[in-house]
Amino acid sequence: MSLLLVAPIVIPLATAALGLVVRGPRAHLGLSLVGGAALLASTLALLGQVLRGGTRATQLGTWPAPFGITLVADLLAAVMLAVSSLIGLVILVYSVETIDAERRAHGYYPLLHVLLMGVCGAFLAGDLFNLYVWFEVMLIASFVLLSLGGERAQLEGSVKYVTLNLLASLMFLSAVGLLYGLAGTLNMADLAVKLREAPRPGLLLAPGMLLLGAFGIKAAAFPVFSWLPPAYHTPPIAVSALFSGLLTKVGVYALLRAFTLLFVQDVGFTHGLLAWVAGLTMLTGVLGAAAQMEFRRLLAFHIISQIGYMLMGLALLSAGGLAGAVLYVVHNILAKTNLFLVSGMAARVSGTYDLKALGGLYRSRPLLSVLFLVPAFALAGMPPLSGFFAKLTLVRAGLEQERYVLVGTAVTVSLLTLFSMTKVWSEAFWKEPPEQPAPSGRLPLSLVVPSATLALLTCLLGLFADEALAVGTRLAEELLSHQAYVAAVMGARP
Amino acid sequence: MTLETLLALVIGALYAAGLYMMLRRSVVKLVIGLALLAHASNLLVFTGVGLTRGRAPLVPEEATVPAPGVADPLAQALVLTAIVISFGLLVFTVVLLYRAHQAVGSPDLDAMRSTEE
Amino acid sequence: MTSLIFNSVVRALQPLLLFFSVFLLLSGHHAPGGGFTGGMVAASAFVLYGMATDTAAARRALRVPLPVLMGVGLLLALASGLVSVVSGEPFLTSVWLKFGAGVLGEVELGTPLLFDLGVYLVVMGVTLTFVASLAEE
Repeated sequence: MSLLLVAPIVIPLATAALGLVVRGPRAHLGLSLVGGAALLASTLALLGQVLRGGTRATQLGTWPAPFGITLVADLLAAVMLAVSSLIGLVILVYSVETIDAERRAHGYYPLLHVLLMGVCGAFLAGDLFNLYVWFEVMLIASFVLLSLGGERAQLEGSVKYVTLNLLASLMFLSAVGLLYGLAGTLNMADLAVKLREAPRPGLLLAPGMLLLGAFGIKAAAFPVFSWLPPAYHTPPIAVSALFSGLLTKVGVYALLRAFTLLFVQDVGFTHGLLAWVAGLTMLTGVLGAAAQMEFRRLLAFHIISQIGYMLMGLALLSAGGLAGAVLYVVHNILAKTNLFLVSGMAARVSGTYDLKALGGLYRSRPLLSVLFLVPAFALAGMPPLSGFFAKLTLVRAGLEQERYVLVGTAVTVSLLTLFSMTKVWSEAFWKEPPEQPAPSGRLPLSLVVPSATLALLTCLLGLFADEALAVGTRLAEELLSHQAYVAAVMGARP
Repeated sequence: MTLETLLALVIGALYAAGLYMMLRRSVVKLVIGLALLAHASNLLVFTGVGLTRGRAPLVPEEATVPAPGVADPLAQALVLTAIVISFGLLVFTVVLLYRAHQAVGSPDLDAMRSTEE
Repeated sequence: MTSLIFNSVVRALQPLLLFFSVFLLLSGHHAPGGGFTGGMVAASAFVLYGMATDTAAARRALRVPLPVLMGVGLLLALASGLVSVVSGEPFLTSVWLKFGAGVLGEVELGTPLLFDLGVYLVVMGVTLTFVASLAEE
């Protein structure tokens, strides 16, 4: 049934469009939550279908592949869709209490759904040009969400975010133009076959590197991450959490797709380069975080650092490495979004994001402390939480290929992450509060429940690590052999 | 010199000019730079497939495929889409930079660094 | 802007531009034109009107709030894609309806026109939103 493949795009679009037409805050909220829940249900159904029946594909408008618009859901896309729509729903619930009326009146909810549509479309896109279009949809929604409200800090952050992301888009477009000139097709399945038989593989290096640069900027990899820290802490915390969970991961997804399906002609060079990028991304991110005393900025630097682990798995290009990378992406989306949500709650009860001014939360808010510890320990890779198994898989895959420097960096950065999380713990939760009145008021359920849900999933991902790894390995094997993907697209019912 | 070569040079010049403008400190030059880069990328997509002169990709009456040797319509469709997208993004950028300029009170990009530290 | 000449010209031009935009929309399937171009021309009619009077007057002349314009446009485009799903074809497959319409000869109506109408409204709404946000300082 091809409808399930279209649903992750149609549902957010319909929700956003209806959100523009209906009036009244209650109607907006109800519509938005129903849309978010429907999106989650449809992506979970799609994931179930892909887990049972393998890669699914459909051709929009009945144009046969490789012409026309292809939507493909392989296991990677289906997993990403399910996790992303979960984050979407979580953020929608979290927004109920945290987004002010003015932002809501200016189309906050429709924009959020447009962003989700862009993200889902990017995961489903079966050709490079559509991937570009979905990137732009996602981008324009994120531009507006980031600057919505028009505070000075937001505008300044947006200028950097917009400029560098536009540059990335234009690099992407240039690469698309070059690839179309070289291969005469943009359908990724068709490209996968044609690029493997390309008579002059050296020529492919130019579009390959342009794509690496473009997706690298989107993923905030070393050395092109400088747009992220000045921008991510400026909007309301729900928006920061959504961006931290989804946007850079779409860049990582595009890299995973492009450098397993398309550019595997000169693995020594491209993936060797990726290994360097991965190691340096981990290191610069965590070192940047060490200097921060603002909760959200610290977390923003950790986003960068974590991207390095995902790229490490891609650089290894083995079943273990890719499985580790994907596990890491899922774990990181859950844990990182949750940390931002927790920082928002801490700021709500204490009125500040400054770690120096925070304090005493362990005594006054034991529940909040637990909600912080779960994702923080998961991020640092403490067993038995999700991050441990993802890192273990990556390290094991690295040792198999005797990449000792890369593995050493990963382990060191992991320790530094633990140090950084301990710093937050001791500053915000453990130490005596610096002469401030005892925090008052209860935290609304709409803030606690999303965070608790994510914490629970982080624990479950750790407890069922064997099952997760089995899915991850199957997914990685799918990525490593392009035949199933090509067969699903080319054999798709026109 | 063929038209492709000429256009390749034009595209190169546009990229160079666009990047140069983006490296200046003024917000106005930033917008101009981005616009030039967008034009360069669009021209690249257009030129990348090779240029065809005077052979529109129209399917004749009572035929189902166009005659061989016509221009590639897909590249033109791609460029058209890309132009529309870059138009939208540029308009948004102009509005954003205008607001940022008002909030900061200076057209100098170096003045916009309060979120860096 | 208060210029008598400009105001008089705009008053004459606005209906012409709107007619022209509908013409572009309808001719778009077989000839140059289409929803995007039509929407831009329609938007420019209201932009000119706004310049001749003021943005509040232009909003009144439009009658429909801009977000509603965009929302309805998106819904129309979406509906045009879903028509084919009802009959079991993939999303966005064109569905055509042919009928004789007396003096007009044979008329073909299809989902592409509905899609284009959606694009027309969205483009008009987005463009006017951008212009209004710059003009209303």
